[in-house]
This record gives sequence, structure tokens and C-alpha cells, in this order.
Amino acid sequence: MVKARTKMLFRDLAHLRGQVLAVTIVVACGVASFVSMRATYWSLLLTQAAYYSEYRFADVFANVKRAPDPLADEIRQIPGVAAVRTRVVRDVTLDVPGLEEPAIGRLVSIPERRTPMLNDLFLRGGRWVEPGRSDEVLASEAFATANHLKPGDALSAILNGRWVRLRIVGIALSPEYIYEIRGGGSIFPDSRRFGVLWISREVIGAAFQMEGAFNDVSLTLARGAREADVIARLDRILDRYGGLGAYGREDQISHRFISDEIKQNRVSSIYTPAIFLAVSAFLIHIVLSRLVALQRPHVALLKAFGYSNGMVGLHYMKMALLAVSGGTLLGTALGIWLGHVFAAVYQDFYRFPLLRFEWRVDVIGLGVAISLASAAVGAWVAVRSAIALPPAEAMRAEPPANFRPGILERLGIGAFFSSSFRMILRNVERQPWRSALTVLGLALAVGILVIGRYFFDAMDFMMELQFEIAQREDVMVAFREPLTSQAAYDVARLEGVMLSEPYREAPARLRAGHRSKRIGILGLDPGGELRRLIDQSLEAVPLSPDGLVLTEALADHLGVKPGSRIRVEILEGERAIRDVVVADVVDEILGFSAYMRRDALNRLLGESGATSGAYLAVDSLAAPALYARLKRTPAVSGVAIREATLRSFDEIVAQSLKISTNVLIFFACAIAFGVVYNSARVALSERGKELASLRILGFTRREIGVLLLGEQALLTLAAIPVGLAIGHATCALLTNLMQTELYRMPLVMTGRTYVFATLVVTAAAVVSGLAVARRLAHLDLIEVLKTRE
Amino acid sequence: MTPAATEAVFQLRDVSKVYRSGDGVEVHALRGVNLDLYRGELVVLLGPSGSGKSTLLNILGGLDTPTSGQVIYLDHNLTEASDRDLTRFRREHVGFVFQFYNLIPSLTALENVQLVTEIAERPMDARELLGMVGLQDRLNNFPGQLSGGEQQRVAIARAVAKRPDVLLCDEPTGALDVVTGRVVLDVLAKVNRELGTTTAVITHNAAIAGMADRVVRISSGQIAEIHRNEKRVSPAELEW
Repeated sequence: MVKARTKMLFRDLAHLRGQVLAVTIVVACGVASFVSMRATYWSLLLTQAAYYSEYRFADVFANVKRAPDPLADEIRQIPGVAAVRTRVVRDVTLDVPGLEEPAIGRLVSIPERRTPMLNDLFLRGGRWVEPGRSDEVLASEAFATANHLKPGDALSAILNGRWVRLRIVGIALSPEYIYEIRGGGSIFPDSRRFGVLWISREVIGAAFQMEGAFNDVSLTLARGAREADVIARLDRILDRYGGLGAYGREDQISHRFISDEIKQNRVSSIYTPAIFLAVSAFLIHIVLSRLVALQRPHVALLKAFGYSNGMVGLHYMKMALLAVSGGTLLGTALGIWLGHVFAAVYQDFYRFPLLRFEWRVDVIGLGVAISLASAAVGAWVAVRSAIALPPAEAMRAEPPANFRPGILERLGIGAFFSSSFRMILRNVERQPWRSALTVLGLALAVGILVIGRYFFDAMDFMMELQFEIAQREDVMVAFREPLTSQAAYDVARLEGVMLSEPYREAPARLRAGHRSKRIGILGLDPGGELRRLIDQSLEAVPLSPDGLVLTEALADHLGVKPGSRIRVEILEGERAIRDVVVADVVDEILGFSAYMRRDALNRLLGESGATSGAYLAVDSLAAPALYARLKRTPAVSGVAIREATLRSFDEIVAQSLKISTNVLIFFACAIAFGVVYNSARVALSERGKELASLRILGFTRREIGVLLLGEQALLTLAAIPVGLAIGHATCALLTNLMQTELYRMPLVMTGRTYVFATLVVTAAAVVSGLAVARRLAHLDLIEVLKTRE
Repeated sequence: MTPAATEAVFQLRDVSKVYRSGDGVEVHALRGVNLDLYRGELVVLLGPSGSGKSTLLNILGGLDTPTSGQVIYLDHNLTEASDRDLTRFRREHVGFVFQFYNLIPSLTALENVQLVTEIAERPMDARELLGMVGLQDRLNNFPGQLSGGEQQRVAIARAVAKRPDVLLCDEPTGALDVVTGRVVLDVLAKVNRELGTTTAVITHNAAIAGMADRVVRISSGQIAEIHRNEKRVSPAELEW
């Protein structure tokens, strides 16, 4: 048989259904975000680890100009090296069917017969290349999908100056290219225009005169080996052959991106649910405190009948736990569903053989536990007051509320305000904690929206800064080898080219004391129109006649200031080692870069007037013909088109940002609704009699609505600036936390973001307020004549 | 003043009120009541609990409408008035005094009165009124700092502040002791005398009847007797 107490419990909950619903929504958001983010974190982490170990992802990577095969044995002898794989890797120009502009293919050699190897491939479809078939390649899944290519399709490539037709026989994935970007400044994948193609070692060796040689080596470390030691030894061995500097996984671009993402996931899987569960604890607190106040006589009666304090306390604690249980269940289901959505979005960015969202019992258990714990914390004050109530006192009505003159009177300006306004203000003042927590809850909702929109603003700003102000070229052409200045003039004369500015890029290692960084030094001509150095205040920074200009992030990394001298080890040609002065530091957005004047860089390299490529301004009408021409130019190894980059950014990044922003809007509305609705319901319960009396005195429904909701309106109004400030401060913090070597989020917030956050939260508050105001129509005016508080 | 000579402010004709309880049983709270209230008079509506006097007050005060019959207030027919019309009627013409005062706890005595004067068309001065009910020294006290009798006097000041045509008092001394009750009734009599506000006091306390111009006895939803006092007794002389 159901106990009477239990029936009372469920009836009370049924009576409070509106408020329980508000708690349910907030708790559901908290649990859903915890389950989805936490499980996504684990999914990514475990999938990554399993993929790496199963497909033997290397620990150390190095590029070299051309090293003879036997050198591999010497590398194997380095203490701490477990396994070594040498390869030939080349970026080439591709002509992809259906793509007007040229694409870049990274050709990576594979053995003709499939054997287990480092950075092994997962074959998604088709088959391995067959020995002796020189035109067969495996295409990366991202590239094939983006270009609608499947096994059997063909595309063309320039191999060492010759046009070659390549046939795709298989679709593959590699742990090296989970996040498939080209590097060299690009942050977002552009899978239409960049892809990896795996080709037989024999074929690529023959095409690039690399028979018996390699230009890429990767290795795994033995247990207990020190990565830094191995890298140093490897560099020494490769130096003679034009080594470009070895690096560990930390600098491997795909690994870096995924690891950063996983880290960010971990952080957000903690703070997002924490916000919701704190808000739900607050909601439980106000609802239950009011209930205990209303039920003082019940409490007295129960105690008079002999129920112990513990049983009474337990009754209310159970109520709090039951109130969140619906939200916990709903949140768990929602979290599992959201997890699948996240996994699908991740699959667009990160190419794993299988990224399955797996819900984990421990994550769900922890989610349930913390949501119940938050309910218990929220209930505690009310439960304690029920326990502490002596039966005799509980029988009496709650003493009338005591009010004091408010802040307006203390300031002596009370007379300037209407009685209604003073009433509202005193109610706010009388319960400072509740008011403060209400403001905080709503402020968090505002803050969440500001943070969500901030990513849009920052991305917009970065894109604008990078592609409208700093990089104004339409096309960037990279030469296969450094050429004389004449080549740049030849390019300038191509039909459709309106302006051409040559650049020189040289791989180098910068050293300052014990710190060092491998980087390409970019040499630009002074007074260039197409590529300029722009700092965060959008000012162009001039290049000094000699000396380096470093980005602030790189200068910080090396611990140098303008005027410092650093050692520059050029990693090509004569491999010159020079001390160069740091002429200036520029506050650029895209992470680590080093600039010089082209002539100064040429001098450093001991050459005159060599160029690595050119930036072009192009007549858009002539662009298709120009692209076709560039595709067929053997000396050109890569072409980057600004329009295309922007488009792919819009497609991929803007899409995923839109999803996450919509989720945030929903979250913020849930919080605002929960806080305003429950505060207003409690206020209505506390002041229903007062408002009904006013109705009898002839106040209209609208007028008492103002008195009831004025408090919520005032608190919402107060919460908005607080929330904007919280949002701004959090963004500033995130900017620092999320600063990576690759880019730095600028702290830019537009007025639109503030207006947006304000409007959404205000709208949610108004809707919740009106939902409560509807109940004013049902105030029982006659009852109020007879009842005493 | 001779009330018989003046016009009727309220005219109730054959007013009945039937409530239907949850399980379908009909309760006849009022059965064919005919009653006039005249300008400036003080009427005591006397009856035991359950007699229908509260229902009568609710209908007079525009909180409820009759099931049948007519309620005429001056030239307004309240019988089928909408919620909006009734609100306006209460706002413009009726002053209420509750058994449990129903002051706004977050407002001082003065502000409780001002709350009404702020929405009235030609209000009286709130301070002056509080002086009239003897609370000139407690203007800035909150209800929680006032005794029951003092709270009720604030409530009376609040009720008359908008110059209502009729003042309806529901067991105004029901929650008070005799001494305090007399003070409150004295204030009501004073307001009636000085402001000429038509006043209806409903009570089950027969002792109060002596202060009225007319006493209306209600029993089982009907008017049992209407008695005119030859001479109104001062509340100070009432005993209960």
C-alpha cells in the first residue's frame, strides 16, 4: 500500500507541476550537456588512442630534401627508436573533374604490397594499388567525398613537370590526416582543394628521381625513450641531406588540432553542466523554501503525530530528488541523442575509420549523481528549516514579513518614485540573496549567449582581417623550386593577372638561448599591395631593411624582444647559420610567423632575387582561363584561391558554429525561463493575497501584473549588464586559454552580440513572465476576504 | 440626515445566487433579496455565518454577479457587467475594508493609502486621512510594526481615500478585541458622518447594530427583517 506521506509527496509535486517543469528543463539541459560532452570527450579520446595504436601512428616526423635509403638503418640505430618508415612525399597540382581551379594533392608513397607499417592506412573502399600499375592511387576519404570521387574515377596531376592521369582504386584514411589540412597557415580543412593521394613508392620514386632515396621519415619511440634526444640525433643525421628539422607529435598538425579539441571538450564538459546544475539548485531552493513556508501547519501536524525530524526532512529531500529525476532521465536521453549529433559534426572535421558515439555507464552514472547532488544542495536550506521547526511554533502562521525603509528612503529620494515602484524595490531588497542569485542566473544566460556569438564575431574579424586587409591577393602561386625573379615577371604577364608580387619563403630554425622553433621565413617586397603585415589595431606594420619581424606569439615563445639577436639556421640550400636582429614584433592573429624583406632574406640565403612564388591580383572575368593555365604550368606546385578558401570556410565552419549557437540559444532560454518563471511563481504564491486585495480595491489585472512582474523585470534589467560583463570577461579568458600556435582568437565583440544576448534573454523573460501573469486571471478574490495569511 | 428622503444608491431586486458545489449539489446562498441602500446611511447587515450576508456583500461590491435578479448602482446595471466593468466599478465607486486588513506589507501606512490615491481620479490627501483615523504619528510604520486595530484604521483610510460612493466593511472588528474594535467602529462612524459615505458593515455581531441607521437581518439567504434605529448609538457605548 502506498503510504499517505508518499501520496502527499506526489500530490504536492503535481500541484507544483509548472515549477517542476521549469526545473526539469534546466536539469535536462545540464545532464544532456554533461552526458553528451563528456561522452564525446571519451569517444574522441579513446577513438584517437585506438586508431593511433592500431594503425601505428608515429611519434617523430621529419622532412629532408633527399636522403639515400641506407640512411634508414642509421636512423634505426638511434637509441630509443623502435620502428622507422621512410617515404617520398610531394605536393603536386591536381586537375580534379568538376573543379575549375587547380587543387593540391599530397602524394605519399606506399609499398606496392600491403604490409603493416607506421602511419598505416585504413582502406574504406576499393583496393590497394597493384604492383606495376603506375597510374593507381588511393584517395583520402575527405577529398574523395568533397569531390564526389569514387574508386574507378580519374584525375590528372603534374608529376615533375609532366601531366599524368591517375586512377583512384581505393579510398583510405590515415592517422596522420585525421584533420586533413595542408598546413602553412591554413586552419580549416578545404577538402575540395586539398587532399592526400597514396601512390606506389616505385611510381613516385621514378617520377621525381627519388629511386633509392626518401624525403620523409617517421619513427616510433621505444618505451622510456626521450623524444627530445631522438629528435636531436635525427636532426644531426639528416642535416647533411637537407633535413628540415624533426618534430614530435605535438607539432604534427592533425594531432595538434584533435588534441586541442579534446582538451577543449574536457573543459566545456565541466563548466557548461556546472552552470545548469547551479541554476537548478537555486530553483529547487526557492521552490522548496516556499513550499515549506506554506506547509508549516502540515509540518507541525506531522511532528505532533510523532513523525521524527529526520522523517520530515527526508520527505522534503525526496521531493527535491523526485523533482530533478524527470529532468535527469530526459537529459540522459537528450544527451545520448546530442552525442550522436556531435559525433556526426565531428565526422565532418575529423576523419576516423569509425567515430562512434558511445554512451558510457560511468558518464551517465556520474551525470545522474551530480544532478541529484545539486538537488540535495538546493534543497538543504529548506529541509533544514523544516527539521528545525518546533511543532508548536509550526502550528502558528508564519510571522508577517517585516519590511524596512528601502534604499530610496535611505538616499532620501523615495518621494520621487511611485508606491508601486517602492513596493517592487523593497521586495527585491528584503531577500538580497534570492535577488542576487536570480540576477546571477539570468546573467549566466546572457553570458552564454555572448560567448556563443563571440565565436562568430571573432571568426568574422579574423576572416576579414586575414582576407580583406592582410591577404588581399586573389591567388597565391607557389613554385616547385625557388626561381629567379624572372619567373615572377613571367607570371605577371599571364592573361588576367593585374598585379603580381613575388615572395620568398625559406624553411629555418630560429634559436634564442635554449628555445627554438622551426618555421618558414616569409620574405616580402616593401610597399607590397597584396600582402601586408597587419596588427590587431588594423595598422600596417612596415618591414625594416634587414632584420626579422616576428609575430608576438612567436616572440613570446622564443622569449625575445625587438632588438634581440636570434640565431637563424636556414634549412635549405647552403644551410647558412646567421645571427639576425629582431627588428619588430607584430601583433598578428595567425599564430607563429616570421617575416623579412625579400632582398634581406635573399642575402641571408646567399642568392640574388630568388622567389618561391607570387601573390596575384586577378581580373575575375579571366580567372577561369588563368586557372586552367596555372594547372598546366609544371613550375607551379600549388595555387591557393582566396574566394575558394572563404567559401569552404563558410560551408564548414559557419555551419558547425550555427549548430552550436542554436544549442546555446536554447540553453540560455531554458535558464532564463526557469529562473523567471519560478521566481515569479514563488512571488505569486507569496503575494497572491496581496494582489487579490488590490484587485478588490479596483486595480486592473494589468496593474497587479506590473506589481508582480516588476520585480522580475527589475532583476532581468540588472542581470543584463552583469551578464554582458560576465560574457566579456569569459571571452577574454577563453581567448587566452584557446590561444594556440596556429591562431589566436582576437577579443572582438560587436554591438550586435550584446543586442542579441539582451534581446534573447529579455524575450525569454517576457514570455515566462506572461505565462505566470496568465494565472492572475484566476486569482480568487472572494477567498481572500476570508483567509488570513 | 434623514436617509429616507434621499435617493437609493443601490437597488437590489429579486436577487438570487446559486452555487454549484463540486458534486453537483446546488446551494442557494441568496433567495429573492430586495434591498435599497440610500445615500449617506450606515447600514449593518446582520446574520449568522452561512446566512448569505457575505454573498450579498460580494454582489454589492462587484466581486460577484447574481444568478438571477437585478443589481442597479445609480444608473449602472451591474447584473451582467463584465469583469472589466466590475473592476472599473470597484475602482471608481467602492471602498473595501477587510476582516484581516489586507495591507501591503512592503508599504508603510502612508504608502498603503497612497497606493490607492495614485490611481484615483480625485483622491483625498493621504496624510490628512491618516490624521483623521488617529494615526498621524504612525505614517511611516510598516504593517508589521502596527497593531491589528491600527492596521484596520489604515485600511479604512485606504478605503475612503478615493472618495468612494459606498464603503463596504466585511467583519471589520472580527479579528479585534472589544476595546480596539470600538476604536475602529468609531472611525467608521466618523467617516460616515464627516464624509457622508454610504457605509455597509456586515457582521454576525448583533451588538454592533446599535450604531446603524438601519439594521438588515439576513437568515438563510433571505431578508428576515429591516429595522430602523430611532437613534444611532455611539460605538463607545456598544457592549459585546
